[in-house]
Parts: sequence; structure tokens; C-alpha cells
Amino acid sequence: MAAAKGWSINDRRLAWALAAPTVILIVVLMILPIAVMAVYTFFTFVTAGIEEATLTFANWQEFLSDSYYHGFLFKTVRVGIVTAIICALLGYFPAYFIWATAFRHKWLLLLLLIVPFWISFTIRTFSWIHILGGQGLINATLLHLGLISEPLRLLYTEGAVIMGLVHFLLPYMILNVYVSLEGIDRSLILAARSMGCTSAQAFREVTLPLSLPGLAAGLLLCFVLAAGSYVTPQLLGGPRDALFGNLIYDTIMGQLNWPLGATLSIVLFVLLGLVAVAYSRYMGLSQIMKGMSA
Amino acid sequence: MNAPSDGSGRWGWWLTCAMTLLVYIFMFAPIVATVVLSFNASMFGGFPITGFSLHWYEVLMQNENVLTAFRTSMWIALVTAAVTTLIGIGASLALVRFEFPGKSAVNTLAILPALVPETILGVGLLVMIKAIDQPRSYLILLLGHILLALPFVVLVIQARLIGIRRVYEEASLSLGAPRGSTFREITLPLLMPAVFASVLLAFTISFDNTTASLFWRPAGVETMPTQILSMLKVSISPEVNALGTLMIVITVGIPLLGGLAAKLLSGLKSQKQQMGD
Repeated sequence: MAAAKGWSINDRRLAWALAAPTVILIVVLMILPIAVMAVYTFFTFVTAGIEEATLTFANWQEFLSDSYYHGFLFKTVRVGIVTAIICALLGYFPAYFIWATAFRHKWLLLLLLIVPFWISFTIRTFSWIHILGGQGLINATLLHLGLISEPLRLLYTEGAVIMGLVHFLLPYMILNVYVSLEGIDRSLILAARSMGCTSAQAFREVTLPLSLPGLAAGLLLCFVLAAGSYVTPQLLGGPRDALFGNLIYDTIMGQLNWPLGATLSIVLFVLLGLVAVAYSRYMGLSQIMKGMSA
Repeated sequence: MNAPSDGSGRWGWWLTCAMTLLVYIFMFAPIVATVVLSFNASMFGGFPITGFSLHWYEVLMQNENVLTAFRTSMWIALVTAAVTTLIGIGASLALVRFEFPGKSAVNTLAILPALVPETILGVGLLVMIKAIDQPRSYLILLLGHILLALPFVVLVIQARLIGIRRVYEEASLSLGAPRGSTFREITLPLLMPAVFASVLLAFTISFDNTTASLFWRPAGVETMPTQILSMLKVSISPEVNALGTLMIVITVGIPLLGGLAAKLLSGLKSQKQQMGD
């Protein structure tokens, strides 16, 4: 780094002044609230909306002893894992296609992956009611053809929730894998081919391993976002398909049990945090940033 | 150029093409269904289609709740976009153009809100204002939206700033220009595309936000997405389809037109430069 005269790259005061608003904002609006929330988990719940600052382990005891909460946790983890895997299986193909195609207007294919980010998430989610619902495209078509006599129950199931989540998360996966593929030195593949690899072998031995960082980043993002979701189970799932996010919302906004709600939030935070930390031990967070700024 | 030519590869390539097509259909089919159904004359929100009508758009335009929610979301998104971009430029400059102790910690901190689920950010901020006995207010909603948009703005501006070579700034400084005018005359114009992109990005993040807004909004206030959610609680009506379609046209149309305008402008500029040469 060649710093010319007059450009004081080490001017700490100016650097901190520039970064200060961001740092203060994130500390006050995120770090501090999570710390307060952690303290709140030890508060005593009196009645709806009211709690006392008397320290107790009652909330943690309730969470740890009641299998009702464990069920939610397992279901959330399961839905998150299934969603992430489906995203990886479906998303690898378009990412590979965009990377490998000789099609001149690649940007159009990439743009089509960005467009969903511009469309309201709520709208994208409720749109599935038109496909899966009793009056949806699938049922309307099957009824019209006379293949079924009454609508199939496709909506308000766990399958519908996973489908909605996959629909929402696929662009993240595709973009992450694509960024990773773009980083591969194409001469490596040519080298493998000229040494006698079939293109399938070249893919298995060179392309796939080199794209794994993007795939892993995509898996992490999809899992974390799926496990933290609230709107999708709310709109596409039945009462039995609620996930941990819905449980937290109902505990706080419905039952007004703030200490328990805080406890559940901390549980989800720690769980997802552990997954992210385990991931960054192996991969580093830089891959995620690459994918997000793509 | 990478399309394989041998037997096993050709089979795999066809599978890739077919799956890609399916994924794109999967991505857009539900959205197309919503748009098509918004013009349906039927009383109900689903299939079959009984005829073409703009009736539900008229009904929508007279829905006072929707109009209020739209205005609320609009000003919150505009303020969020302006403030977040301003703060984000500062942080990006510090992170790209300076060396200081704690830099990597600041870098991680700036990305963190994007990695924490919204539910947790939502509950956290809510618990904190309850702990200090403050009611939910527009200010909290606004600050929350800035928090959600900030990581993405910093990422976008940082990426562009890394691409702007330092020599231009150094040239200006060594010619005696003060730092302020160097930023105004050199850095900012070169940074403009990223500023533009991050304003759009912050706007859409705020305008779209649902989950966290459910926690943060003041009692009785609806933003556009929460309004849609509450309309969906009753049933999926043709009115919701019309609203969804309008929102799609706005949120997809604005960035597309913006991108097109930017392209045309830069095209004109380079034409001018060529003529000048």
C-alpha cells in the first residue's frame, strides 16, 4: 500500500469519526438489545405484559423441561436443513448453467435472479396460495380434467412451508454458487480435459470441489434464514406447521410473556450463532460477504 | 464455451438446461398467477378466471387503510434510504481508505445485522425499549429499518470503493486540494453508481420489511406489508391480488427504469467524450 504524502491512511481520529455512526447504531440497536434480552430471561413473569426484576431461573426451567418447546426446536431445525438441502440441489443447476453457457445475454439470467429481491417477500409468499390452494392452479387444473373430485390439501402443510422457503431462498443459493464458480480458473478445467478426463470427471474432480465454498455459504444462509422465518409458516402453514419464529411472536405479542419470549429468542440466537461460528471456523465469513455483495 | 462435448457431459448438460428452465419457472409462476388473477372479474381471489376487469383496482383505490399504509411505508423507506446511505458511505470510507486498530471488528460488526434473524432483532429492540419504559414509536421503526439496511449498503459501497483506485485521490491531494473537496470532486462522483444502488437497495429493504416491522410498529400503525398480512387473515381476495400487482409494478419498475436511465446517461456521456476527442 503506497500512501502518498498528504493522504494520512493512519489518521485514526478521522477513521473513527467516519465509522462512528455505524458502530453506535449497531451497538445501541442490536448488541445492547440482545444483552438486555439475555438479562430479561431471568426476570419473573407476573401476568400478561407485566414482569418483575426479581431474578429467577423459572423461564429457563420451563424451556428446558417442557417438551412442547423442544418439539418446536427440532421441527425448526429439520425444516431449515431440508430447505437448505433442497435449495442446494435445485440451485446448483442454474448457477452452473449461467456460468458455463455460451449464451450472450448472461446478465439477463442474473437479472432475473435479482428481480425476486425487489418483489415484496409477503407478496411472493402469498402468491403460492394461487398455486397450491383449494382454488389454486394445481387443484383447478386437476378438477377441470376430472382427475380428482375434490381439491387436494396442498396448502397449509409442512410441504407448502418448505416450498415457500425454497422459493424465497433459492436466489441466495444460486448467486452464492455462481460467485464461487466465477472465481474458478477455467484453464484448470481445460487442463483436466486435455489430460484425458471426461467432462463428467472434470466436473467431479475440479469444478465441484472448487465451488464448494459457495455451496457451503449458500447452505448456511438458507438454513439460518429458514430457521428464523416467521411469515412463511404464518401464510402457508397450518397451525401445526408453526416454527420457532412463530412461537416467539405468539409468546410476546399474544401471551405478552416477555421473559419467556426473551428466553426463546436467546435460544434461537445461540443455536443459529453456533451454526454460523462452526461454519466460519471452517470457511471464514468472507465467502458470505462475497455472495451478499454479488 | 464450457458446454461439454463428450457423451456423459452432453447428458449432464441437457439435465442442467432442463433444471435451469424448471427453476426459473418455479421462481416466476406464482408471481405471474397473482398478476393474472388481479385482472379477474370473479368475486374470489383464486382460479378459474371468469373475465377481464379492472374493478378490483378501483376498489383498492378507495381503500383508505391501504392508502395510509402506502404513505407510511413510503416516507419510512425514503428516510431509511437517505440516512442509511449517508452513514454507510462514512463506514465504507473508514474501512477501505484507512488503517486503524479495531478495523476488522468494525467490519464484522457492520455485517452482523444481516446474519441475525429478523425475529431476534425485532424482539431485542422491543425488549430494550420496554426495559426503559418507552412506547413503540415511528422513531423505533425507522431506526430499526436503518439497522436492517445498513449491512447491505456498506457491502455495496465498500465493493465499489475498493474498485476506485487511490491514485486519483492522491493526485488531487498532492496538488493541494483539501480532503473535503477531494472527496466531493473526485471520490463522490466515482462512487455515484454505488450510492444510487444503495439508495435503491435500502429503500426496497425498508419498504418490504415484514417480520421486524410487526414487532416495532406503533400500536394501530400498518406498513404496506403488514397491511397485506392483515388483509390475508380474512381470505385471499382479488383486492389483495390487485395490491400485490401494483406493488410488483412499482418495486420492479423503479430499479429497472433507474438502471436504464443510468445506462442511457453514461452512454450519452461517453458519446460526448468521443465527440470531444
